[in-house]
Amino acid sequence: MSEKFDEIPMAGNIIEPGNAIEYKTGGWRAERPIHIAEKCLWVKNGTCGLCWIYCPDNAIRLIEKDGKYIHEFDYDYCKGCKICYTECPTDAIVMESE
Amino acid sequence: MTAVKKIPKDDVVIEGLTGDAAIAHALKQCDVDVLAAYPITPQTIIVEDFQKFAADGEVKTKVIPVESEHSAMSACVGASAAGARVATATASAGLALMWEILYCAASMRMPIVLTIANRALSAPINIHNDHSDSYGARDSGFIQIYTQSCQEAYDTTIMAFKIAEDHDVLLPIMVCIDGFILSHNVERVEMLPDDAVADFLGIREPVQPLDPNNPITMGPLALTDYYFEFKEQQDRAIKNVPDIFKRVEAEFEKMTGRSYGMFETHKTEDADIIILTHSTAGGTAKVVADTLREQGEKVGVVRLRMFRPFPSEEIAEVVKNAKAVAVFEKCLSFGGAGNPLAMELRTALYHLAERPMVTDFVIGLGGRDVPPTTFVEGYEKTKEYLKKGEAPSYETLGVRK
Amino acid sequence: MALDFAKGITEIRWHGRGGQGVVTSNQMLGKSALTEGNYIQAFPEFGPERTGAPVRAFLRISKNPIQIYAQVYHPDVVVCIDPTLLEVVNPVEGLKEDGVLVLNTTKTPEEIREKYGFKGGKVVTVDASKIAMDILGRPFYNMPTLAAVIKATEIVELKTAIETVLERYPGKVGDLNKAAMERAAEEAKIG
Ligand code: SF4
Ligand code: SF4
Repeated sequence: MSEKFDEIPMAGNIIEPGNAIEYKTGGWRAERPIHIAEKCLWVKNGTCGLCWIYCPDNAIRLIEKDGKYIHEFDYDYCKGCKICYTECPTDAIVMESE
Repeated sequence: MTAVKKIPKDDVVIEGLTGDAAIAHALKQCDVDVLAAYPITPQTIIVEDFQKFAADGEVKTKVIPVESEHSAMSACVGASAAGARVATATASAGLALMWEILYCAASMRMPIVLTIANRALSAPINIHNDHSDSYGARDSGFIQIYTQSCQEAYDTTIMAFKIAEDHDVLLPIMVCIDGFILSHNVERVEMLPDDAVADFLGIREPVQPLDPNNPITMGPLALTDYYFEFKEQQDRAIKNVPDIFKRVEAEFEKMTGRSYGMFETHKTEDADIIILTHSTAGGTAKVVADTLREQGEKVGVVRLRMFRPFPSEEIAEVVKNAKAVAVFEKCLSFGGAGNPLAMELRTALYHLAERPMVTDFVIGLGGRDVPPTTFVEGYEKTKEYLKKGEAPSYETLGVRK
Repeated sequence: MALDFAKGITEIRWHGRGGQGVVTSNQMLGKSALTEGNYIQAFPEFGPERTGAPVRAFLRISKNPIQIYAQVYHPDVVVCIDPTLLEVVNPVEGLKEDGVLVLNTTKTPEEIREKYGFKGGKVVTVDASKIAMDILGRPFYNMPTLAAVIKATEIVELKTAIETVLERYPGKVGDLNKAAMERAAEEAKIG
């Protein structure tokens, strides 16, 4: 953040697409979401996915592998906003203090 | 780029055109890619004529008939971002509705040409000329040029694209004509051949266009950490304008024999009192100066063209030896330390150890006619104030009081 | 008024009613002058135009570029294309002493001079209403009155004006206007 006016792109244009990946929002987290697989509809039968839809930082991965459904948090980017926790219909996510 | 050649006389078409029609013809020849506009009196003919060119297949332009001026400027920003050559036109309330996006256009560095038929702002509703509309937008980051005649409006519209699109500038530009006084006034206009305009302008070369194959983000968030740096960039860009403007005008002059400058000086060398004004009033002021000179009065005129960036140093240089500068302007800055034009001039002169007196006359609001006698009245008052050694900060002329 | 701000410029003021075509005939005269190598300004008195309301149009013609931008206060020529307007407006207001007054009227120049106490210059009368009704069958008085203006002032050649009108109105409308203009030029009385 020390660049001078002539060391940054014109008009604030972001000329490298997808560079949000360089910004790890995981550092903002005060509380960490924990997944309880037994309660999760995705793990059970590959449905729901509400947490994945609502997560503002794409920090949830829903994986389908060898007929199994896996749920993962990406803690590099999860900022602890609790939206997934609020939206989950089966209380499959709990928050723990960092 | 091909070298600019003088255009043979026989290739020039002379027509009687209103200011609006002259601008519409210029836009047509400038091969505008996108024109997004909403008609408003007294700019209407520009949009109407251009729509006709489009309907008749005389231009390849994508004309977007938007539902408001806010949308007009927004569409222009989008099109310009994609690398298109873009124009629009408005006046008065229409410009006011564009306000938010004017600043976006300038700070996103979109070289949009915005032609304005200057008109008073409501209320009461008034369709006639003054400069309250575009003066209000003076801090938006647009370049502003005010023109006196239909010929000048035509020429300036063509040059505007080349100035705005220059990579050292990349800023939007307003080309202003006086509503009705010029917009609806048929004058003699010499029109250039289409290919001469095409050669002069070339095709816009965008620096960082929106392109699906090379995606970029424009107009994102910049807070306390970066915003100020982008304003620094923008400030430097507008400071580049005079150099580019002069280069473009010189090239245009080679082709047409016509150039206008950032301002026009008329009999200023030995003048005791210099009138500063612009647009059509600038023409009348020159006639007044000629007539008063015949009476032995030492009077000259500076007819300003470029209000943004304001050519402070150059104007100070021209007027510094006069006893007084009499400013005539069509705008009130309610409650201000001065009105817009006089305020610029006073600031430009402040550093001089010995400055001319500056008198300021607000004229012609809401289209009130400004006959030569109004200038004579202001001139006589200025002489009186010189004798007294003091002048009011401003006064209105031509109003019943 | 002591100071002349319109040196070398011929200034014309037209009176008519909204819808009668004064703005057009003013432009036709202006464009004819342009064709003959002059600089011009042709502009209406701006305002929301309503059919029947008194309207004015102005024209400046000069050999040199015209720099003055203001209404015409001291015209060289005043034209009124509607006889009924003469009860509403004073056509000689501001008219130069050696100016030209052109009226669509059944009256003679002498009667007009007496009515307005206008002694100098020229008074030109033409019954443009009758000519328009005879030839065009409709109350378009503007082009025949224009022909009378040209006859009195010789500001442009009638031929040029007719060509300008034909260009603007190709076909039957133009031909009829041409006939009306030619007849008006013949019948106009100068006194
Ligand atoms: S806490 Fe917020 S950021 Fe983290 S996974 Fe849940 S929704 Fe995403
Ligand atoms: S919202 Fe709850 S149940 Fe639904 S997929 Fe996410 S964790 Fe599983």
